[in-house]
Amino acid sequence: MDIRKIFADYYRRNGTGLGTFLLIAVFFWVVVLIILPQLSMLDFSFRHHLPPPEMGGPKDTYTIEHYKYLVFGAKGAGSAYNVVDLGVFVRTLVAAIFVTIVDLILCYPLAYYLGQTKGGGFTRVLVLLLIIPYWVNEILRAFAFRIIFGDSGLINEVLLNTGTIAQPIDFIRANIALYAGLSYAYILLMIFPIYNVIESLDRNQIEAARDMGAPWWRIHWRIVIPYAKPGISSGCTMVFMLSAGALAAPQILGGPSSLWFTQIIYQWFNSGGNWPRGAAFAIVLLVTCIIIVLSLMRAFKVKMGDIGK
Amino acid sequence: MKKGVAVNLEDVWIRFGDFVAVREANVNINGGEFFSFLGPSGCGKTTILRAVSGFLEPSQGRVMIGGKDMVGFGPNKRPTALIFQNLALFPLMKVWENITFSLEVKGASKKDRRKRADELLEMIALSDQSEKLPSELSGGQKQRVAIARALCAQPDVLLLDEPLSALDLKLRQHMRTELREIQRRVGITFIYITHDQGEALTMSDSVAVMRAGIIDQVAEGQAIYDDPATAFVASFVGENNVMRGKIASLDGKQALIATNRTGELIARIASSAQGSMKVGDDAMMFVRPEALRIAKDTSEAKNRLSAKVRHEEFEGQSYNVFLDGDAGKELKMSLINVGQQRESAQGQNLTLEYSPDQAVVLPAGELASE
Repeated sequence: MDIRKIFADYYRRNGTGLGTFLLIAVFFWVVVLIILPQLSMLDFSFRHHLPPPEMGGPKDTYTIEHYKYLVFGAKGAGSAYNVVDLGVFVRTLVAAIFVTIVDLILCYPLAYYLGQTKGGGFTRVLVLLLIIPYWVNEILRAFAFRIIFGDSGLINEVLLNTGTIAQPIDFIRANIALYAGLSYAYILLMIFPIYNVIESLDRNQIEAARDMGAPWWRIHWRIVIPYAKPGISSGCTMVFMLSAGALAAPQILGGPSSLWFTQIIYQWFNSGGNWPRGAAFAIVLLVTCIIIVLSLMRAFKVKMGDIGK
Repeated sequence: MKKGVAVNLEDVWIRFGDFVAVREANVNINGGEFFSFLGPSGCGKTTILRAVSGFLEPSQGRVMIGGKDMVGFGPNKRPTALIFQNLALFPLMKVWENITFSLEVKGASKKDRRKRADELLEMIALSDQSEKLPSELSGGQKQRVAIARALCAQPDVLLLDEPLSALDLKLRQHMRTELREIQRRVGITFIYITHDQGEALTMSDSVAVMRAGIIDQVAEGQAIYDDPATAFVASFVGENNVMRGKIASLDGKQALIATNRTGELIARIASSAQGSMKVGDDAMMFVRPEALRIAKDTSEAKNRLSAKVRHEEFEGQSYNVFLDGDAGKELKMSLINVGQQRESAQGQNLTLEYSPDQAVVLPAGELASE
């Protein structure tokens, strides 16, 4: 089919006004807001770190020194690889996967309950209770977690006063506060996709499985989870991507000795003033995350189209 | 072939808060019987089915299957299999996996499951469809897969919740015959829920007619039709003309009823009302459209009435004549089409007669709403 016919069809279906608006809006969103900035970052990441007067001069050539730096570190450093940055990189990805799993375990039962009880009033109150905390801004929430998990915070006070522990536990240093904060921050992004799918699951199917003698775990394994898979993968993708790319929560809740990879990127952009290096690091993070998501989708036989459901 | 297992409801009450969904149900269903619960929507028939399958416990009374009290047994522990109104096939499983899900639950090997699936698929004549997904099947094929899936568990009792209601008329009539055939072959007890009296009458050994949580009558189809136990049954099952009035006199098994409109008419007293009706009681007389005929002798008699023809219609197997009836309602007469020539009687007064045996007197009661 030739392009002209596609456009003609498109305009006949949507009308001139709406059709033009959709085209412009989607073009603006995809090209101006996503592709162009990422391309400029990609371009940055292959350039030398130069003072402004030399930009565009003879020294401004393409290079892969920043990618090399991430892998091998500075020339003449003690070890053969950039152990510090690579360590943070891997730890960030593992922690993001961990946060995703925690959210999935927390949210699946909740989403199942919300989706399957046609309770009306009570369900609506529950959903409202889930949403309202998100009216508070992210920084405030992170600080609130810092207070709750602090040495003299609520949790330590309770544990100390009940005699469960003798010394306050350093939740911040152990990164527990960080994982809790991140899990909490993205819970809704996990619940709603799963809830949406499960809500459309015919209750009779669960009853039919029960009638045929299936215990609850098999009902979930064979009926509910396969059905909810698009929602689960959509939720996991969002939580993983956003956790790996989070900055505020690690900044506020992270322990003094543990960095999040985004913090290193931020440092290169900001205090380091080395945009090309920051861009290179960010590109590596982005590409790795996409590869992880795509390979997991392949492993669990999820199609790209399902994510959009 | 399995020997059928009896199902007994003993004084079963089911309440949801203040609402009584089922009231004092006492039903004995023999082993190997095709038993139907027939009633309008909301009459509690599905609730009874759920109590038998174990999805809910009666508030009071006992559900016995094979002489064993089922209290405390969940749906996965009862020897029943339920076919849902919307069939509830598992959309992501292939046909053969759907059919053998109950074996998978029991931990049967894939080989055994395949073998059983092949047997059942052959029975329902869908051997070549085993690798398909339910969404790729037609309505009637889905229906058969649901039946095979329920039978795979080798239940003692098969429960069917209006499974034919989604099918079109032709297919529905075909599936009636097929269901009845399957029931004869497997020999287990079938409990069938329907609001369609045609289904209930054609397939069942016995029918229970329900109204607002109450079982009005349990009997064979013909007894339900010819000798209804209440005014509700008389008006719900099949078409019926009703005439209200008071009992004028009693004579053995017959009664004269002084109707509001046509004077005294004679009819047989329904078996359920014999001995309990007195002169002066409010009563209803029912006479079916096909029991009425045009009288040759137009002189007055207790089994004749005259009325003005409002309109007529031709229905293929019969001519239907609608006349001025009781309380503004129409009186319907069906004349079998045996090739006779008929002239329109529109607007004329006709004298109709019936055989007193084919009209039934019952105590006045609630009628089924149209």
